[in-house]
Amino acid sequence: MKTAAAIVVGCSSGGFDALKVLLGGLDPRLSQPLLVCCHSGSETIELLCELLGRVSPLPVIAAAERHAVRGGHVQLAPTGYHLLVEPDRCFALSTDPRVNHSRPSIDVLFASAAMVWRDTLIGVVLTGASADGAEGLQLVRRAGGCAIVQSPASARVPAMPQAALDRAGADYCVPLDDIPPLLNRLCLP
Amino acid sequence: MEQPLSDELARETIELELFIQAMHRRYGYDFSQYAPASLRRRVRQLAERLGCDSISVLTGRALHEPKLLPQLLEGLSVPVSDMFRDPAVFRALREQVLPLLASYPQINIWQAGCAHGEEVYSLAILLEEEGLYERSRIFATDLSANALRQAEEGIYPVREAQQWSRNYQAAGGTRSLVDYYSARYDLLKLDDRLRRNITFAQHNLASDRVFCEAHLVLCRNVLIYFSNPLQDHCLALFRDSLVRGGFLCLGMCESIDFAGNAGDFAAVDAHLRIYRLAANSAVMAAP
Repeated sequence: MKTAAAIVVGCSSGGFDALKVLLGGLDPRLSQPLLVCCHSGSETIELLCELLGRVSPLPVIAAAERHAVRGGHVQLAPTGYHLLVEPDRCFALSTDPRVNHSRPSIDVLFASAAMVWRDTLIGVVLTGASADGAEGLQLVRRAGGCAIVQSPASARVPAMPQAALDRAGADYCVPLDDIPPLLNRLCLP
Repeated sequence: MEQPLSDELARETIELELFIQAMHRRYGYDFSQYAPASLRRRVRQLAERLGCDSISVLTGRALHEPKLLPQLLEGLSVPVSDMFRDPAVFRALREQVLPLLASYPQINIWQAGCAHGEEVYSLAILLEEEGLYERSRIFATDLSANALRQAEEGIYPVREAQQWSRNYQAAGGTRSLVDYYSARYDLLKLDDRLRRNITFAQHNLASDRVFCEAHLVLCRNVLIYFSNPLQDHCLALFRDSLVRGGFLCLGMCESIDFAGNAGDFAAVDAHLRIYRLAANSAVMAAP
């Protein structure tokens, strides 16, 4: 793949702890946007942003409707909305029906991001109990992007990374601890 | 060998444009100012639902089968909501907005993009409990005639009842939501009396004019599907519809940061997206 222009991350059950590890290991020099869809179940995303912001070297904010995707920032899908990226690289939200019982859905985010960044996108699927993200990761790969899946054995809940592997395969299937250095390597010149 | 995705997407982009053109030229419905990412998803889903292998096939059917129009509009418009979705918003309407509207002898509320009516009935319940419903009229509009028909029926899956009751309580409900519906089998039906001051009507925010003179406009999670220019157009429509000092309530994650007409509205509660028509805005003269 070409130099990465953006990263999308999906996680569900066990996702909060996994995100702490992933974000905590990022290099503060990363200039790519990192978009996260996490089925958190919390009422608002602000608390999650604050908690993750304490361990992340990059600022963690809620993705803001109509605003441009920001490089060097971690941006989380707000609770209760699908998060999409428009062709002009601004965020859009939707209250369309749940996908894979989820809103936000990882598949929805990944599919729209794959259309925008194509072969410069990295998709990451972490721990979770559903199959959300599998179809999205497949699209990321078909568009020429890079797929990273947390090795199911290292996941708190292995179903989601396993579903992603089964459907999309992966360019890298590694334990959680190895994902941040891998992202740093793929994203820094 | 699988077709490369870039080819497929490039072809689909053309198909989508042709579909939008067909809907506009054949039926006068202009979706060209809808935000593209969600519109593409919806048109794809519509094609799938109608058994079409591609958007082109859907376009062919749209052109040849006028009977499909209601289904097409339904698939392209506002999705369902919940009763008292975002309870904090309904609590604020109850505690901060309705007391101010109470000074008007007649209260007009326009809910734009009402879909299946969940929030319309939530409003009716608020007004009822605040003793204002007798002198209120709610104009509930939507692009889709099918959605309006469902809204008018006021029948919903009973599995929603628990969540909706929790929402209702969190929104400051003074009774129990059960008082407002009867449940049978797996459906719940809202009390017919709630409908007595609601007018349902078809209205297209993209092309139709001001709908009524309103004291409060609710339009939640509708403009999120529109491009910036169409969003701005709708804000002008709401401004022209509102009485001086009238209120506007948008969805809790909506941003009007890039809309020129946003300057006509002052935030009453910025977090809850409740605004008031600013005193110095270019309001239309009262009739």
